[in-house]
Amino acid sequence: MENMISIFVDSVFVGNILLAYFLGMCSFVAVSNNMDTAIGLGMAVVFVLSITAPVNWMVYRWLLAPGALDWAGFPEVDLSYLKLITFIAVIAALVQAVEMVIDRYSPVLYTSLGVFLPLITVNCAILGTSLFMVEREYTFTESVVFGTGSGIGWMLAIVTMAAIRIKLRYADLPRGLEGFGITMIVTGLMAMCFMLFSGITL
Amino acid sequence: MKLTRTKHYKAFASPLLQNNPISIQSLGICSALAVTVQLKTASVMAISLTLVLAFSNLIISLMRNHIPRNIRMIVELCVIATLVILADEILKAFFYDISKQLSVFVGLIITNCIVMGRAETYALGNPPGMSFLDGLGNGAGYGSILIAVAFIREFLGAGKLFGYQIIPNLFYNMGYENMGFMQLAPAAFIIIGLLVWLQKSLEKE
Repeated sequence: MENMISIFVDSVFVGNILLAYFLGMCSFVAVSNNMDTAIGLGMAVVFVLSITAPVNWMVYRWLLAPGALDWAGFPEVDLSYLKLITFIAVIAALVQAVEMVIDRYSPVLYTSLGVFLPLITVNCAILGTSLFMVEREYTFTESVVFGTGSGIGWMLAIVTMAAIRIKLRYADLPRGLEGFGITMIVTGLMAMCFMLFSGITL
Repeated sequence: MKLTRTKHYKAFASPLLQNNPISIQSLGICSALAVTVQLKTASVMAISLTLVLAFSNLIISLMRNHIPRNIRMIVELCVIATLVILADEILKAFFYDISKQLSVFVGLIITNCIVMGRAETYALGNPPGMSFLDGLGNGAGYGSILIAVAFIREFLGAGKLFGYQIIPNLFYNMGYENMGFMQLAPAAFIIIGLLVWLQKSLEKE
């Protein structure tokens, strides 16, 4: 249990997928200038990440990892080089499926998340989480916690950034620094704040 | 006609500076920052991305008249993923140490917005030769930012370039210290912000 809590805290704060590993930057810069869309995309990322991480864990464990095809009678087969293309296909398929399910059962949620779901397929944070999960050799429960934690961490970062950018509109910035430049510098300052959590051990 | 006036030259040169994928279009930053602690990893990353981008542009452009419109995303994704797997396997085979340091970031070229963006906006509507050059140009534009950031971070953070010590021991004896902050994640964000500022203010109105 302590292990789970520490993975969760680590993925939300210290090892924040955006601020420490720079994943999901493109949509972060593009979407954080509006609070509502930032919250919408953040929720969609949490949702998709908490599903794709465990599903990709199962795919990797039972189909791709070295010796994973033991149950089918091929103990020496190693398909791990296919993990990139398989993960991205799984993510694309899951996003599509999630979109259809939401559309069918919750039109309200669909109208608020709908536009963002297709964007998520190419969000590096999603694929990155699955790849980190393989690299760090998490167990199934750990991968669920890690996926959800990373999603919440990403959402926290983008919503905070959206809030800061609302204030920034009234700031008098030097020419050339507006927009992308100042966003990156503020993100850097935010990343420094998040690093302060790294002293915490549970 | 002068070389600089041809459209082939333009396809290659415009993404280098005035249309740089990172600093102007703000695409593909995800992988740009994580690998910039050292020049070595940054240059390997820049080369891999350039090759993947150039060849994905070439292949997609060759197939552009045969790809049905509704499924073009998945076709593009397949082409890119195949090339990335190739790059990843080549790195693992010949540069194992660097491939370990780059960890998941080579794989993340798949979701790099530059590759997908160029395929979508350029390769689908232009002939193969031009698309190839456009890919090379964008890769070089991306690489130049990557290498600039890595240069600053490795030089100030570790006093080294490409792993060789540049700042003499004499300086350290006199009390010079490496700036440890440069090795940490926030430094990358701030450097890139400052570089963008520099580039935009140097640009003519």
